[in-house]
Amino acid sequence: MKTAMLLVVTVLMLWQGIIWLGDMPPFLLPSPAAVLDALWINRAEIARHAGFTLAEVALGFTLGATLGAALAVAMGFSQKLTGVLRPILTFSQTIPVFALAPILTLWLGFGMAPKIAMTVLIVFFPVASAFLDGLMRTPQAALDLAQVMGAGRVRIMRHLRIPAALPGLATGLRLAAVYAPIGAVIGEWVGGARGLGALMIHANGRMKTDLVFAALLVLSVLTVIFAKAVAIALHRLLGRYGV
Amino acid sequence: MTAAARVRGRAWVGETPLFAPVDLALTPGGWTCLLGPSGVGKSTLLRLIAGLETGARFQGKVTRDRPVALMAQDPGLIPWLDVTGNVTLGARLRGTLRASFVPKYPGGRASGPDQGPDARGAKPPATAAARAAHLIQAVGLADRAHHLPANLSGGQRQRVALARTLFEDRPLVLLDEPFSALDARTRAQMQELAARLLDTRTVLLVTHDPAEAARLGDRILLLRETGLTEWPAPSPRPQGGARPYDAPEVLALQTELMRGMMA
Repeated sequence: MKTAMLLVVTVLMLWQGIIWLGDMPPFLLPSPAAVLDALWINRAEIARHAGFTLAEVALGFTLGATLGAALAVAMGFSQKLTGVLRPILTFSQTIPVFALAPILTLWLGFGMAPKIAMTVLIVFFPVASAFLDGLMRTPQAALDLAQVMGAGRVRIMRHLRIPAALPGLATGLRLAAVYAPIGAVIGEWVGGARGLGALMIHANGRMKTDLVFAALLVLSVLTVIFAKAVAIALHRLLGRYGV
Repeated sequence: MTAAARVRGRAWVGETPLFAPVDLALTPGGWTCLLGPSGVGKSTLLRLIAGLETGARFQGKVTRDRPVALMAQDPGLIPWLDVTGNVTLGARLRGTLRASFVPKYPGGRASGPDQGPDARGAKPPATAAARAAHLIQAVGLADRAHHLPANLSGGQRQRVALARTLFEDRPLVLLDEPFSALDARTRAQMQELAARLLDTRTVLLVTHDPAEAARLGDRILLLRETGLTEWPAPSPRPQGGARPYDAPEVLALQTELMRGMMA
């Protein structure tokens, strides 16, 4: 904690120092005090936009995690399906999500849908990939036993493979929780007037750099809180499985 | 007398022969000890009988006329299930034990309806639970029935694995070096316990420990690179027990078996 405080103070001093020494105009680099000022003055507007972003993140995360986990289980059942889908999944990750945002906006309009879709796309891969990895690593001793005990594929999946893979799933979810807001914000940049991303783009256009920084600060804090909440919830729910 | 299980054939790993042509037949009732150094294919033979993947190329025939239960060096306990949950694992995996996704012992189910067989706090069905409780007591873990494997010692974990094997209640039991990771005293105790509890069953014990084979084998088979040799067992094993570890004839047999393995 002490180290963290020291780090924050050091960064703030550097920031302020650059402004003083470099004689920076506020529209290039606003001072920390100016950012806090902008945050306070625009608190109602920022809160409203943050609410939209948070809703998109929560919905997109839930949907993407569900789809990713379901696909991982399906792939865990079938080697053939895994063989077909693995390369497709990897290929899909070579497409920058930034490039997809305008297309999704074109298809899904300016509402929440394209933002949620972007979040789903970002969340999906780490969850599916980490969970599938876990599903493929069930201890052999347990699988041997299950086979000798006469267990069917579905019950082995339900009672052995899925529970044993939950730490892997949790790793994927914790990672996805950090990236999820990026998806939503990229979606907001491209179209629509709501959300922290939209607020940043508009403020940037009007040279209100202090407001951009304020929105960015709120976004970071929201992301940290969201990721922490996901991690705590996972530990509470799945603690006995070693999460 | 027909064999309870029989393996005839040979096996390779890649192009290297794993074992020469063997004919392993298990006499019904009693313990057959398959003794040999590591890497001669003892476990492969056992896995062939169990019907498991071996990783070797086998050419020959495997027959078995009765269902099996398996217990291995790695007890294969499920870390998120307590002792009772692990003992009843087979029933859970066959769907014959009512079990929610989140296991409920200890203290009964944490959620669910207030009444009926699935009620909160309801005990699992009497028969399976009673059998499990009885077996847990038989292996001496009655006071640890609700402990997780992480809170048990190595010997206790093998006791759980033994109770789980007994819960399966199969006439043929395959033991794949089940005690080899235990310290000498715990191993001797486990040998005694297993001999008592598995008394009425046909047992194949795979081991690399001549002392273990000398204590437990009704028949002792030595597997070497050259093939399978039957070794005469000295006196009959005491009913429902192991031979004393310090009896002169057991020690003599142990020495003989060691010589056989070195030859």
